[in-house]
Amino acid sequence: MGRMTLHGVTKNFGETEVIRPLDLEIEDGEFVVFVGPSGCGKSTLLRLIAGLEDVTDGRIEIDGRDATGVPPARRGLAMVFQSYALYPHMTVRRNIAFPMRMAGLDKAEQNRRIEAAAAALNLTDYLDRRPGQLSGGQRQRVAIGRAIVREPAAFLFDEPLSNLDAALRVGMRREISELHTRLKTTMVYVTHDQVEAMTMADKIVVLQHGVIEQVGSPLDLYRAPRNLFVAGFIGSPKMNLMTGAEAERRGAATMGIRPEHIAASPTQGAWQGTVGVAEHLGSDTFFHVHLDGRAEPVTVRAGGEVSLHHGDTIHLTPDESRIHRFDAQGLRIA
Amino acid sequence: MARAIDPRRKALNTAIAWTIGIMIFFPILWTFLTSFKTEAQAIADPPVFFLFDWTTENYRAVQERSDYFRHFWNSVVISVGSTLIGLAIAIPAAWSMAFVPGRHTKNILMWMLSTKMLPPVGVLVPIYLIFRDLSLLDTQVGLIIVLTLINLPIIVWMLYTYFREIPAEILEAARMDGASLRSEVLYILLPMAVPGIASTMLLNIILAWNEAFWTLNLTAARAAPLTAFIASYSSPEGLFYAKLSAASTMAIAPILIMGWFSQKQLVRGLTFGAVK
Repeated sequence: MGRMTLHGVTKNFGETEVIRPLDLEIEDGEFVVFVGPSGCGKSTLLRLIAGLEDVTDGRIEIDGRDATGVPPARRGLAMVFQSYALYPHMTVRRNIAFPMRMAGLDKAEQNRRIEAAAAALNLTDYLDRRPGQLSGGQRQRVAIGRAIVREPAAFLFDEPLSNLDAALRVGMRREISELHTRLKTTMVYVTHDQVEAMTMADKIVVLQHGVIEQVGSPLDLYRAPRNLFVAGFIGSPKMNLMTGAEAERRGAATMGIRPEHIAASPTQGAWQGTVGVAEHLGSDTFFHVHLDGRAEPVTVRAGGEVSLHHGDTIHLTPDESRIHRFDAQGLRIA
Repeated sequence: MARAIDPRRKALNTAIAWTIGIMIFFPILWTFLTSFKTEAQAIADPPVFFLFDWTTENYRAVQERSDYFRHFWNSVVISVGSTLIGLAIAIPAAWSMAFVPGRHTKNILMWMLSTKMLPPVGVLVPIYLIFRDLSLLDTQVGLIIVLTLINLPIIVWMLYTYFREIPAEILEAARMDGASLRSEVLYILLPMAVPGIASTMLLNIILAWNEAFWTLNLTAARAAPLTAFIASYSSPEGLFYAKLSAASTMAIAPILIMGWFSQKQLVRGLTFGAVK
């Protein structure tokens, strides 16, 4: 079981308010991702749940029990750190065994779990090596192995993939998702990468300046961002945000339209402009278009076959049903 | 690209390095040579270097006159004892300063260091009187206490520096893995800090072994270590350079040998964290 509830959780470092009073429900078995720009308080929030930081105010419940003052060792949670945080003086086997040794598990059971974890994570051949002799991806798998064998109530991941190269990151992302499907244990995952958040999460918590901006499924956040910050943060490339006459005509202070919801044509459309940068990815092409009379370029996603280049005239037509409208306070207009 | 090395310049640098090295080592070499001379040869003018009648007479005389092994044993007990007790106090202290620093940690560290700037003679009288009243004069326990206290700032500082190099996340990982504070220090921190702890230990044994001010002032006979053993050959009884040299050689030999065998460890410990 790994149900967690945060009631009015606050964290101050000296005079600085890092987490404003915050409420959050994490259901058992859920994959929750905390996402936000650096300094938004997402790692601090995870560390508060872990017990590595003390809350300034508020209450944290794990499985219905008040865990606010409980030391990290007794919260029944396992954590995977960004720097892997393996014990450099121990072999992989002893690294993975460490939490079980601390829990006083008997040797036979320890070995059974080590073998199972090593097999699942492709570490069997490396059990007698030290962390210094492993690659980044292998180290991260050892860190995950060390977390699995505890059979925790929930896993906490603190930007676990940010030290890996791009190719490895995609592979590990899938492995962690598969792990979640297999174990069905609650996972709380911190990242600044919205692609990771979108691809892995059951529920995304978007944070900014220690405040939850929105909580919802990836598609909820994509389809109905609650405010301008979430609109700009979720989705890649970013949503185009426009103010001025176009927005006012639609009864909003700011209007937003995603690059994939604008049709591009060389001959006709609602808006006319010139192609600034054209990024040809093969499957898609991203055009950064300078519209007549607008300073900010508009990003458009077109098919891979569209052959327009820098300086060409382009016509754009937004899908009116996919336009997001925001008021002067930056909140979504339903 | 590596810089080209001019062979003449290299030879000159080598010669300079050797000269400086020999100059630093010369007093020890001279003491060693003198210990094998007769008293007459020891004060001969011009001095004799290698061409003299080598004799071990001084060593025999020294051992007959005073009990070397008792002094040696006192030195061992006092230096090792004070270092181990110092470590036992300094490890938790350095742990808390490195990993859970408070607002005043830096001030406390500076204050500890500042005590080393005080001339020891400034507190000789009060400490002497306290020792007298507590019957600690001329006891191993008394010397262990005073040497622990005077070397504690160095031990804490050195360990603090080593501990700061250990990523806090690793200790947090241990905490998440269910380790109590004791297990965290015992199974994670200490094994990772072994090079630092070993060099701190070696350096402090050497410092305590060579400490002369307190050992001379607070001991008479029973607890007197090798520093007192050497001092007993100086002036009051006249000039016995050869015997004084023999006593000095015997006193520094153990620590010199220990230093020689552990030099790798010492250098590694002293440069710990300098290069990642």
